[in-house]
Formats: sequence, C-alpha cells, structure tokens
Amino acid sequence: MTILIDNKAEVKESLQPKGFLRYFSFSLDHKVIGIQYLVCGFLFYLVGGTLASAIRIELISPLSDFLPRDVYNQVLTLHGTIMIFLWIVPVVNGAFGNYLIPFYVGARDMAFPRLNAVAFWLIPPSGLMLIASYFIEGAAQSGWTAYPPLSITTPQSGQIIWILSVLLLGGSSIFGGINFIVTILKLRRPGLKLMNLPMYCWAMLGTSILVVLSTPVLAGTLILLSFDIVAHTGFFNPALGGNVVVYQHLFWFYSHPAVYIMVLPAFGLVSEILPIHCRKPLFGYTTMVFSIMGIVVLGLVVWAHHMFTSGTPPWMRLFFTIATAFIAVPTGIKFFNWVATMWGGKISLNSAMLFSCGFIINFVFGGITGVALAQVPFDIHVHDTYFVVAHFHYIVYGGSVFVIFSSIYHWYPKVVGKLLNENLGYLHFALTFIGFNLCFAPQHWLGLNGMPRRVAEYDPQFQFINQISSFGALFMAVSTIPFLINIFISIKKGEIAGNNPWNGLTPEWLTTSPPPVENWEGEAPLVNEPYGYGKDYLS
Amino acid sequence: MTILNNSDEITKGGDDLIDHHEDFRIFGLIIFLIADGMTFAGFFAAYLTYKAVNPLPEGSVYELELAIPTLNTILLLISSATFHKAGKALLNQKNDISQKWLLITASLGITFLGCQLFEYFNLPFGLTDNLFASTFYALTGFHGLHVTLGTLMILIISWQTRIKGGIITYKNMFPLEAVELYWHFVDGIWVILFIILYLY
Repeated sequence: MTILIDNKAEVKESLQPKGFLRYFSFSLDHKVIGIQYLVCGFLFYLVGGTLASAIRIELISPLSDFLPRDVYNQVLTLHGTIMIFLWIVPVVNGAFGNYLIPFYVGARDMAFPRLNAVAFWLIPPSGLMLIASYFIEGAAQSGWTAYPPLSITTPQSGQIIWILSVLLLGGSSIFGGINFIVTILKLRRPGLKLMNLPMYCWAMLGTSILVVLSTPVLAGTLILLSFDIVAHTGFFNPALGGNVVVYQHLFWFYSHPAVYIMVLPAFGLVSEILPIHCRKPLFGYTTMVFSIMGIVVLGLVVWAHHMFTSGTPPWMRLFFTIATAFIAVPTGIKFFNWVATMWGGKISLNSAMLFSCGFIINFVFGGITGVALAQVPFDIHVHDTYFVVAHFHYIVYGGSVFVIFSSIYHWYPKVVGKLLNENLGYLHFALTFIGFNLCFAPQHWLGLNGMPRRVAEYDPQFQFINQISSFGALFMAVSTIPFLINIFISIKKGEIAGNNPWNGLTPEWLTTSPPPVENWEGEAPLVNEPYGYGKDYLS
Repeated sequence: MTILNNSDEITKGGDDLIDHHEDFRIFGLIIFLIADGMTFAGFFAAYLTYKAVNPLPEGSVYELELAIPTLNTILLLISSATFHKAGKALLNQKNDISQKWLLITASLGITFLGCQLFEYFNLPFGLTDNLFASTFYALTGFHGLHVTLGTLMILIISWQTRIKGGIITYKNMFPLEAVELYWHFVDGIWVILFIILYLY
C-alpha cells in the first residue's frame, strides 16, 4: 500500500472552534485531546477522591455509622472503578500519550486523529453513566472486580450499568492503543530510528500491546457476565452448573496487565523527567527497552497470582509464583537505572523532581510487598486483607499518581507557556507524600493482623491504626487544594516559561510554548540523542 | 485547525515525506482484528475449560447435527474466494464485475445467517438449558453478529462500487480491502469455531 491519503473534504480550519471552546469540541488536534483527557480524568479523580474520603471517614469507627453497609459497598466499587478506568488509565495513556507521542516521533498528529477523538469522547458519557447509576437504583456493589456470584445476586441495574460503562471505557482504551501502536511504529519522521526514540514511546508501545491483547478478553467476559445477570444463563453461576473460577481467570487476564497499563506509561514518563532535571543521560537505555518488553511478555502470564485462594491447583500456583517473581527482575533493572541516572547528576530538586523521587521510593515499597505477595504461603495469609490494599495503593497511587503529578509540573510550562509556583508545588508534594504514607503504610500492619478489605465494619482492636490511616487520607485530600490554586493562579499570573525552561533535548521542548497547531513551524527536528545531557553544548 | 497530515494547507512548501504519510489504515485494522480475535480467544478458552472441568449434569441434551454447520463452513469458504474475485476485478478497473462478485458474497453471507437461524430453531436445547447450550449460543451468536455486520458492510461497499457516482474505484480500494480483510478474519474464526465446537 503506497496510496497517499488525500481527502479534500477533511475538516476545514474554519469549522473548528478556537480558543477555550475547542476543549469542548470534537477536536482532532492531539494536543487538545491530550488536555481533554487530563482535565476529564482529573475531574473524575476528584469524584473518586471524595468517595475515598467517605470510605476513610466510615472506617474511623469500627461500626458502620457514617454510611449504611450497602452504600459503603457501592462507594468502594465506584471508587475503584473510577480511579482505575477513568483517572489513571486515561491519564497516563491517553493524556500524556496523546500530547507527547506525536512530538516524540516527529509527526504533526496521531495516525488516526478522528479515531483518537472518538476514543476520548467515549469516556465522559461512560463515566457520567457510572456515577448516575448510584442515583437510579444504587450503583454496583461487587467491587471493581465484579466477581460472580456476588455480581449476579446484587441488584441488577447498577451492575449492568457498570458493565456497559466498563465496556465503553475498554473500547476507548483499545482505540487509543491501536492509534499509539500505528503512530509509534509507522509515523516516525524519516531518519528517526526506533532505538533513538524517547523512552516514553517504548513504554507506550508496550502498554498498547497489552491493551490490545488483554482488554478484549475483559469485554468478552463482561458480555458473558451480563448474560448471566439478564438472561439467567449459568456461565459463572455454580447453581446452574457454571464455574466462577473461569470468570476469575478471564477477568485477571485483563486486570493483571491493567496494572502494567497503569504503571508502564508512568515508568516512561519518569524516564523522561529524570534525565532533564539531573542533567545526565538516561542510564541503560537498551536495558530499559528490553525490560519494558520483558514486563509486557511476563505481564501476560502472571494473572493467576490473584487467585491463589480460588482452589488453584499446585502446578499453577508454582508457575504463577515463579513468573510473578521474575517480573521483579525487569522492574528492578528499571529501578536501578533510574537511581543510576540520578547518581552524580546535577539534580535540581524542583516539584517535578520531588514527585519523581517520591514515586521511586513508594514504588520500591509497593514492589517489595508485591514480591512478597507472589509467594503462595504468604499470599494465603494476607489474601483479601488490607495488606493487599496497601500494596496496590503503593503501586497505583504511590507509583502512577505521583508520576502524573510529576508530569504535570514538568510539562505544564510547555502546555500553558507559564511556570508553576514552586513553593505551592513543595507544599503539594509534602502534603501528598506524608499523607499518602501515613494513610497506607499502617494498612500493611492491619492486613498482617487480619483486617479484611471491602467491609464497612471491623474488629475494635484495629481502631487506632485505622484512625491514623484516615488522618493521612485527610492530608491527601487537603493536598489537592494547593495544587488546584497553583494551576489556576499560574495560568493567569505565572512567570513566562519560554520555550525550553528545563533545557530539555527531547523534541517537545524544541518548539514554542504552547506549541502551534501543527507542532512545529516548518520541518520537525530530528532528535537522535534525546538524552544527550552533560555534553559541552548544554550544561 | 487542520491536523490532517496531508490537507492542502500543510502541503504548501512542507517536506513531502513528513507531511504526507502512507495509508496506515490497513495496519490499524489488522491490530483491531487481533484485538477482536482476543475476544474470541477468551470465549474459546472459557468453552474449553468448561468442557474439561464442568461435566454436564445427567440427562442434559447437547447433541449437534453436523450437516448444516458443514454446509455453512463451505459457504463461508466460498464467500472468501468470491470476495477475493471482487477485489481482483476492481483492480482491473471492472467495477461492474466487482459489484457482481460482492453481491454474490453478500448473498452467501445471508444464506449462512439463514442456515444458522434454521439450526437455532431446530436444536433440541435453548439458551439457558445447560452450560454447553449457553456457550454454544454465545459463541455462534457472537460470530453471527460479526457475519451480520460484515454482510451489511459488503452491501454498502457493493453500492459504492457502482459505475456511476461510486466512490470505490481502483484508486480508492481501501473500503473494499478493509471489508475483505475483516471478512477473511470472520471466516477464519468460523473455521476454528467449527473445529472446536462441532468436531472436537
């Protein structure tokens, strides 16, 4: 196929809204779509955070006095679903991917701009639908995993709306994944080799492969689940001869890779941020690429480590334990590469850098508990306890969300053209880091001592530790305030950033801030050495 | 705001290699079909697991006749060939012949769906009778949905291949190629489904 696309009837410039309004339009500009993803995701983050606060307020006392039990179940289901499907996945993939990938490959836009816009515009309706289900007959109550038979026996309407919503979000994710794969592999400007791409491209390539291979399996599973709920078939209903473990296998075949879908792009973003603020080349580029691809391959074959208590046969336990432990190797390589990148560098400890350092610290904690959880005897002891809650919050909040904030501090000057206030940034980091660790570190102890997750009531002996945890959650909630003030004040009164405030070498810094519609005036620059810091021409 | 890599505004004076790009839509479609194939893979995995670990209760009815599905397999295989003929004809700029082959393909698809419905109505079990029945209807139904969409798309492109005013010509083969690829994919899935569900 060497036919050039030449559609004269394409969208005319005059038909597209200008200025602020374009963020509410079906814009085809990858930069506008990236911002749409980010702002939309952040609004859902505020909703999910409010729900998290409700959970922590409920858990201040051992009895279910703040929320009724069934409302508590709905709140935790919505919290999990919103945070995963509407905040972290769309933001680390959609928002930063759309904004940065075309710059990194030297293109004017993504490969399929219209598909890109469709992928974004699937998100707000499905998110609103999910939230609206609470006001109809109550939201889904079976947790974000929607395990049958619980999801079959709880009220139907909420569960069905949950399924529809997740199907739409899955579709959005797949469309985005297709777009990223084609853009990264095919749309590179002439002369730009794969092994010279910035690391975020590799992370997004790996993530998109995971998205394309695993999300459809979740979609198929949820279709079968909806048959069970609506048509009373028995796929996952033991009373009708079905098998709940099949659901768990299919669900985790998506949902374990989903962890990597949330965290691999974060790895990529950190790999962009660290070299710039440490003034050193990214350490071990090639090993980084191979470890990303290693994580992609291993990430697809570890899902049953979520199911060690589901009657999993011994050979399967053995295989999945070993495979899971193996993932620590590529992840560890990446960790040491980041530390080695920082080692001996001229580190400027600004807000972006602080959040990245916070990410590295938190992620090591989450990684260590992850390796511990991969061991069957230990996993059986802490399965479905707060130890697991603490572990994955260290991965997804301490990992991905810290990187999202780091990236916002890092790329805000490019997107808006103004610098963020550093003092407010320090305050935001301090509150988030202290609050996060205060909230989740004690939960390891709670889990080890047997406090089950997803239950509104608990043994009174756990009250004090739960109160510490809730106190930490208060810090996290408050930390959003300086961040929002910072964002809004800096748009108006921020210091002018200039085109390249961090002296970066990656292509997005080689254009104006904010970038023009076509990304560059004239030809796209050829960047063969995106991390060539510490050379003579740049101090 | 034009972001199209190749609209008029951009091509003025830009570097052609950057501003034009090749047509990657087929590549994108292949990735989509891989994703779609994974949905089927999930269903197949579920079905095979059920077969291995969930024996049906005593007295369950789950017999399948082979005559209709075998006929259906043959119909779909022929339809892949006729679709290929349509593409060849279009490449030789014979739009009318191409359109005929497309209509033949579409009628084969419709016949397939008709046979499938006939089978549904004559089977001794219904959707909720037992686990095998549910899986059978889910798998064949999901595949049938793909055939239905494919047939509709074939009818649309056969209309678009018309000589007077049709937009699909040998210069603009993409719609035909895309549907053809999709059709071969659905065909291939059916062969796997036939082997797993009826023969194995």
